[in-house]
Formats: sequence, structure tokens, C-alpha cells
Amino acid sequence: MTATMRPNISACPACNAAPAAEALAEREAQKDVRIALSVPAVHCAACIVAIERALADHPGVTSARVNLTLKRATIEAEPDVMPEDLIGVLDRIGYEAHELDVGTLSATQTDKAGRELLMRLAVAGFASMNVMLLSVSVWSGAADATRDMFHWISAAITLPTIAFSGQPFFRNAWAALKNARLNMDVPITLAIVLAVVTSLWETSLSGEHAYFDAALALTFFLLAGRYLDHRTRAIARSAAEELAALEVPRAFRIEDGEERQVPVAELTVGDLILVRPGGRMPVDGEIVAGTSEIDRSLLTGETIPVYGGPGQAVSAGEVNLTGPLTVRATAVGEETSLHRMADLVAIAESGRSRYTSLADSAAKLYAPGVHILSALSFVGWYLFTFDVRTALNIAAAVLIITCPCALGLAVPAVTTAASGRLFRKGMLIKHSTALERLAQVDTVVFDKTGTLTAGAPEVMNLGQVSTRDIGIALALAESSSHPLAMSLTSAARAAGFSPEDVSQITEVPGYGTRGVWNGREVFLGRASWVDAPRISRTAAWLRVGDEAPQAFEFTDRLRDGAEEAVAALKAAGKDVYLMSGDTTAAVEEMAGRLGIPHWLAEALPADKAARVQAMAKEGRHVLMVGDGLNDTAALAAAHVSISPASALDAARVASDIVLLGGDLEPIGSALGTAGSAIRRIRENFRIATLYNIIAVPLAVAGLATPLIAALAMSASSITVSLNALRLR
Amino acid sequence: MNILVFLIPISLILGGVGLLFFVYTVRTNQYDDPEGDARRILSGEYDDKPKQ
Repeated sequence: MTATMRPNISACPACNAAPAAEALAEREAQKDVRIALSVPAVHCAACIVAIERALADHPGVTSARVNLTLKRATIEAEPDVMPEDLIGVLDRIGYEAHELDVGTLSATQTDKAGRELLMRLAVAGFASMNVMLLSVSVWSGAADATRDMFHWISAAITLPTIAFSGQPFFRNAWAALKNARLNMDVPITLAIVLAVVTSLWETSLSGEHAYFDAALALTFFLLAGRYLDHRTRAIARSAAEELAALEVPRAFRIEDGEERQVPVAELTVGDLILVRPGGRMPVDGEIVAGTSEIDRSLLTGETIPVYGGPGQAVSAGEVNLTGPLTVRATAVGEETSLHRMADLVAIAESGRSRYTSLADSAAKLYAPGVHILSALSFVGWYLFTFDVRTALNIAAAVLIITCPCALGLAVPAVTTAASGRLFRKGMLIKHSTALERLAQVDTVVFDKTGTLTAGAPEVMNLGQVSTRDIGIALALAESSSHPLAMSLTSAARAAGFSPEDVSQITEVPGYGTRGVWNGREVFLGRASWVDAPRISRTAAWLRVGDEAPQAFEFTDRLRDGAEEAVAALKAAGKDVYLMSGDTTAAVEEMAGRLGIPHWLAEALPADKAARVQAMAKEGRHVLMVGDGLNDTAALAAAHVSISPASALDAARVASDIVLLGGDLEPIGSALGTAGSAIRRIRENFRIATLYNIIAVPLAVAGLATPLIAALAMSASSITVSLNALRLR
Repeated sequence: MNILVFLIPISLILGGVGLLFFVYTVRTNQYDDPEGDARRILSGEYDDKPKQ
């Protein structure tokens, strides 16, 4: 194993992603490239060894390393090693793998901000423990020279620590003050600075009370809250980025009659691009060769694939289903309709920015309150004693006692616990206030295609078709990769039918499959091709010779947990709506099947967003669940939004929560979890206030000692954290 | 009380050594894959030094 360990040449992952570096890597054949694979099934020590060994044995691979926490394998290999080969290697030893786009991943590979916070937290923890030791000796009776020496040592530890660890608070407070605003960091900074200054002054005068330990404990607890908050968001961000990285932006460009794999970013207008069956259109364009069927459900919500042939326009994001297509690009990158939809999102995005988080509204009440209180006690004591030292000491004690240690932990401790719980259920909380907004939801709007349905058709009327027809259809369907044909095949096989003997089977992309059965021509395909009447349902038609065509009707298969989720939401008293771009008949049927009372069919993207905004105007808090491009505006306009992992990148970006599994069921329980999380946060605020109500009069009356401050601070912080762990 | 002259520096130094070790572990990415590291100890493959 050690033989394969060469120094990591591309130490900086971002350099690898940069196009310039990539070009350089191509010229210098020696330069290794980094390949990242997502391996969802890896779970044990044996898996790690098996995967690493299999990858390292592959020719050209320099090193392979599995990260079990992220379920990801990172491979350093020579440039001619293709990710597809490595996926094949893992497939042979029984692990499913998907390629991840290294460029997208590299952004979060080193979590610099998190590491910085952790370092500051560690330094503050070290210092506060040492100073606390010295303080305990002072409280238990050290006097005179010993006490002064302990105070001086404490000061020597505290000053550099505060200067290093307190920086995040100082920076935020300064930024807020520059904009003439108040945030939680202003009283924090003031308390820390004032505590250090008065303690130094007291120490230099051989005073009795020094608050060095309080200043450090404050910094430590608050940094712990910040770090928890950061971790929660970093985990969500890296998981969201992994989803994005699963779509590797690559396309096949035809150059001088040969196809070449190039990054999507390098495509230009006029390029000829080959889109294989199952592939997604990378650009807006026009079909120049090939016929196929195109799935536009992510863009429009239509379930039925549309025919695509030469001369027809296609948009980026559509999926090519059956035959290979050559497309001439008419718009690339930012110009594509996919990206233009982002403008709609920007206009609609308001639900989120209007919302003030619980922590912010608490800070708004709290920050001016403590400043006024502490200023009043300073003025009061100064007028009473005409002694600046006493007055300043008491003002500092008031600020330290009221300092929002527990308030700073109240929200992050609960959201960390709740996000962790939901993450294990398969929900990824992307936005920091998403939980709070989720708790307020009273109306839920579902998209149909791809959200409530799995996007896979299911044959409905197999029982009404003759065995002979099913046999012929099965023989024809088996040779096609069209989604309707594949669904028909598996349904007929599962029902125990066997194919008839059909010869000369040929697939006509975009139309269907034809063959010869008992000397008669047989066709399975779209209505117009077999001269069948149009019906409102999705259907594939079978024609045997000149007989009347027989329809196989399809309906969209419901996503797992869709019924449970809708039932749970209705039971919880939420209004459930269905909004889709699909036909009225299809939407009405789906609404009836799930028992959804309100529905809207044939909705344009702007209609959906307008309806959601109208509901918001009525004072409703709307949860939008959607996956397609036609939902993005509505997702952004809603109070809070959820999209499944299969959704388009744009939709995932616009939503606050991503469902990682295929199951919709967690949506129902997520509302409950969010509700109890908010109740815990409010309880935490009450606990913190209660401590203040007890401790503040003591501080204002000048009775607070550093010991009381330390006790109040630790007790309230620990109670608040324990309360957060009670979350169910 | 003269013992304090030894004890206080000793406690500070010991704590400081712990802090430096922690800084070292953070700097060398030892918290990137806690789950994997916990399992790797069970694997039979030994090497001279931890992989980077």
C-alpha cells in the first residue's frame, strides 16, 4: 500500500478545477488529476479496504482514499484514467458509485471558517480553565499579595486570549455600529471590553473583584454557540454541494465529425452537440439530426414526453429519452432559458428576506435594554457615591450578568439538535431560519410531476387487455428503452405474461416500435403513428395489422410516502393545494387520488408564483414543495420551500430544505419537529430571562461578586443546552 | 506558598502543551473523517505512517 503513496502533487484542489490548470495538466502528462466518486453504500472497515485496494490496483491510479463520513472516494490518477473506468471497477466489487464534479466540491473542501472558529474556541477554553483555577483560589480566600499575583497572572492570560478569540464578536459589532445598527454582538463586545478594563483597573489598585474569568467564560460559551451554528450550516452546505456535484457539467461536442467530451462551460453558440438517450440538454438549441422523444417535465410539469425531430427547438434542462440527437446551440450558459428563469426567482425572492429570525428579534429587544440598564446603574451609583470606580464596577457587573450567554446558545443548540434529527430522516436544512419558518406553515402547496409522483409511469389497464395483445406488446416493448415501454415490460412480466413470437423488431425513435407477428405488421407507439384517437391520458397504442388499436393507459406512479405525507398534513390541519403545469385531467385525477381539495392545472411558472404570493398576501404562511424549473419562482416566493434531491439544480438552490431520499413522508413529521424546536427556543429564552430577573437586581444593587456572575452564567448556559437536548 | 512558583508555571505549561497538540490535530485535517478513522483501526493493513 505504501508503494502507491506518492506525495500529493495537486495539493490545492481549486487549482485542479481552474481551466488554466487543467490545460496545464494536459500538457504535462506527469501531472495527476483528482477524481471524486460518491459511494453511498460504503459503511465498514472492510468496505474501505476493499474499495481502496481495488482502486489502487487499477492502472494509472496513484492513490485512493475513502472518506467514510462523507461516503466519498478521492482518487489521484494519471490524466488518461477516466472516471467511468473507476466506476466500473467499483461496480465489479459490488459498490455503486457516481462521479462528483471536483470543481463544485472544492469550494468547501477545506472549511476555513469552521477551523478558525474551532481554534478560537479551543484557545478560549484553555484560557478560561486556567483563569478559573486561579479565580477559585481567590474566591476561597487568597488575599493580599497572593490575590494580586493571581489577578496579574489572570490578566496576562486573558488579554491575549480575548484579543484572539473575541475577534468574531468585535468584527460583527464594528460592522453593525458602522451601519448605525445594534446587534447581539454590540453588548457582547461592550461587556467583554468593559470587564477586562475594569478588572485591570481593579487589579492595579489591589482591588478585591476582578472579572477576568467571566470575560473568558463569556467568550467561550458564545464561541461554542457560534461553532454549533456554523457546523450545522457547514454540514448542510457540503451535502447540498455534493448533490450539485453529482451533475457533472460535461457535453459531447462534434468536431470535424468526431465527438469530443468537453466541459459545458466551453460550449459556444453554433456548436454541434450530441445528446445521448438519457442525457440532459446542456444548451438551448435546435435539433439538426435524429428523432427522439423529449421529457420536458422538469421545465413545464408535463408528464407526457413530446416528439423531437429536426428543426425543433429544445431548451437546456430537457431530457432526451429514446434516440441520439444532434443539437445546434443557439444559446449557452447565462443566456439559456434555464438561467433566465433565475431572474424570475430574484423578483419573487422576498418571503425569506422579510423574515426576522427569533434570535434577531430577541437581540432587538435585548441590546438596547441592557445598555440602558447598565448606563442607568452607572449614573445612579455615580450620583450616589461620586466615585467613578464604584460606578464603573457596577456597570460592568450589570453588563456581564446580563450578557447573552444563554441567549447566544438558545437558538444554535436547538437548531443543531433539530437539524441533526431531520438530517437522519433524510431532510437537509439549507437555510438558517428555515426551521423557524417551517414551524409557522399553515398552507402546503405541492407540485405534481416529479414531486408527488416519482416521474415513472405505471400501466393502469393491463387487466382489460387480451392476453394475445399483451404478449405482442411485451415482445415489442422489451426492445425499447422508452420509459412507457420499460414500465409496460416490467408490469407485464410481473403479472406473469410471456412475449409472443414477434420478428423483425425495429424501433423508430420518436414514434414507437414495429415488428412482424404471424405475418402481420404490428406497431406499439404514439397515437398519431398507429392512427388511434387522442385520449387525455398518457397511453401507448398497439395495432395488430388492420385491427382497431388497443390502448395501454399509464398513470404516474406516486412517490413513496406521498399519501402518508398528504394525510399527515391534512390531519395536522394544514390546507393542502396541488399546482401543476400538467393537463386538467391528469391533475384532477391526482388530486382525487390523494384527497387534495384544492388544485390548479395548466399553471405557467408565473401563475404558480403569483398564486403563492397572493396566498402570502392573505396572511398565509405557504410551504411550497416542488422540483422543476417551473416551480423555482414559486419556491422562492413561498414562506419556506422544499425540493426533492432529484430536482433541477436551480430548484434546489431556490429551496430552503432538500429531501435526500425518494420518500416524501418526512415532510409531515418535519413540521412537528420544527414546531417543537421553536417551543424549545422560546423556553430557552424564558430560562435566560429568568436568570437575568434573579441576577440583575443583585448586580444593580452592587451585591454581585465575580463568583455570582460565574455561577449565573454557567448555570444558565448549561440549562439552556440541556433543554435543547430534550427535543423530540 | 513558595510552591506556587513551581505549580502555576507547571499547570500553565501542561495546559499549553495540550492546546498545541489540539492545534496540530486541527492543522493536519484529523477531524475530516472521524467515522472512517474510527473504523480503519479494525483493518488488517498496516503501514508505517498514517496516510495523508
